[in-house]
Amino acid sequence: MTIVNTETIPGKTVVEVKGLVQGNTVRAKNIGRDIAAGFKNMVGGELRGYTELLTESRREAIARMIAQAEALGANAVVNVRFSTSAITSGASEMMAYGTAVVVE
Amino acid sequence: MDGETTSLAVVLALYVGIPAGVLFIGWLVGHLSETKHERSLAAREDALKGIEATDMRNPPGFAGTQGPCALVSGEAVVASDAFKSWLFGLKNIVGGESKTFTRLFERARREALLRMKERAVELGYDAICNVRFDSADIGGNAAGARKKKGLNMAVALVSGTAWRRTVA
Repeated sequence: MTIVNTETIPGKTVVEVKGLVQGNTVRAKNIGRDIAAGFKNMVGGELRGYTELLTESRREAIARMIAQAEALGANAVVNVRFSTSAITSGASEMMAYGTAVVVE
Repeated sequence: MDGETTSLAVVLALYVGIPAGVLFIGWLVGHLSETKHERSLAAREDALKGIEATDMRNPPGFAGTQGPCALVSGEAVVASDAFKSWLFGLKNIVGGESKTFTRLFERARREALLRMKERAVELGYDAICNVRFDSADIGGNAAGARKKKGLNMAVALVSGTAWRRTVA
């Protein structure tokens, strides 16, 4: 499964468009991480817990998008885009969407 | 010293001393970690300058390549410190550019871009095209720590398509 955010895959041609596929996830960090982030806000620096939250969310959303694409019989997803929305304290929704295609 | 002066001194110490101490520690630690981070960014950027990143959808050479390509991404969340937040509070009254927060967001974005490049290198790619920047709102109301005010932080998300410019 090739995943790209360009419209084409170099060296390959799109022979069939299977349609829009998407995957989303809402994740939160435990309260300990949120409190630690509060303290970190006094001295500055990276909020590793929240960076991890975003990395995990991205991975999960992509995995779900791939599962949809596989179910449609596609072998690639092109033009992938991400979208996020705020939920509440220390949580976020991550959504990945793209077009499932068959390439040769 | 009578009792009244003593209690006044205690009140002053509590209401002026503690916030001033928090601001000072925030300024000191925040400044040190910011300088350290920027040094690390500069060194890693220098090491990775061979990785060509562009936001073009079809950069020269991309369409002709036969090699594989893959989606890569990078994320970074950098917190402000007590001093920067206080300074921003003042800036918000008078208006104008907040240089400290501009710098904070720049750090987050450079870090995210570097992480994306590092992932591309790990996977054996040497160029990234169609680079896109995004942001996310994590809310930031750290439970219990601050009920009313959200945390001040810079969130940077970046993604792109990694490809091989030089065919092995």
